[in-house]
Amino acid sequence: MKVLVQREDFDCGAEIEAVARGNAKVGAVASFVGLVRDINEDAAVRTMTLEHYPGMTERSIAQIVEEARMRWNVIDCTVIHRVGELIPTDRIVLVVVASGHRGDAFEACEFIMDYLKTRAPFWKKEQTPEGTRWVEARAGDDKAAARWKK
Amino acid sequence: MKIKVLFFAALREQVGAASEDIDLPGEKSTIAALRSHLAARGGAWQSALSEKKLLRFAINQDMAAPDALLKAGDEVAFFPPVTGG
Repeated sequence: MKVLVQREDFDCGAEIEAVARGNAKVGAVASFVGLVRDINEDAAVRTMTLEHYPGMTERSIAQIVEEARMRWNVIDCTVIHRVGELIPTDRIVLVVVASGHRGDAFEACEFIMDYLKTRAPFWKKEQTPEGTRWVEARAGDDKAAARWKK
Repeated sequence: MKIKVLFFAALREQVGAASEDIDLPGEKSTIAALRSHLAARGGAWQSALSEKKLLRFAINQDMAAPDALLKAGDEVAFFPPVTGG
């Protein structure tokens, strides 16, 4: 299991390879990549700055991954989230889950993203031609996370 | 009771502080009581921490509810709902 919070970009291909390398029990690898869009809430986004709570960020993602491991067959998992200044088309987040079968890989990957969106302490600030603004949390994200409640 | 309070994102900008060491009266307190204590300073503190504002809280880097108890030495964080991912 690997959790990284970093300013640098990451190599999706290398991370996907890494979770399955040399382990013949892995039959499925699911991945999700989140990117910076150039439009949000009808405003052009020039740059985005991601702030976080160092320490709690890593801790909360590790707890989310641990919960996924209790609910699904997760052989390995990597979560990388970038912070600092990003521009449209930049990668923000990567989740990679290796499992025995695709069902577990898909579900665990989606669960980790849904929980990360509502529990990991990151905040986005957008710079637009009209000025800077903090991104508001979406009710849809809470709904997405709530559907995993047992 | 000495605690450390952290503020993040829009809230950090509104109150003009990223962290503060606070000596709260009494031996026991809650996040809600700390929020009222800070809001009572008035001005930007009052508007940023008013009950109308949707905020999230953490104690020692774990999400916590407003009625969660604080103890001396705790690291308490106040922040807006998260928007990562």
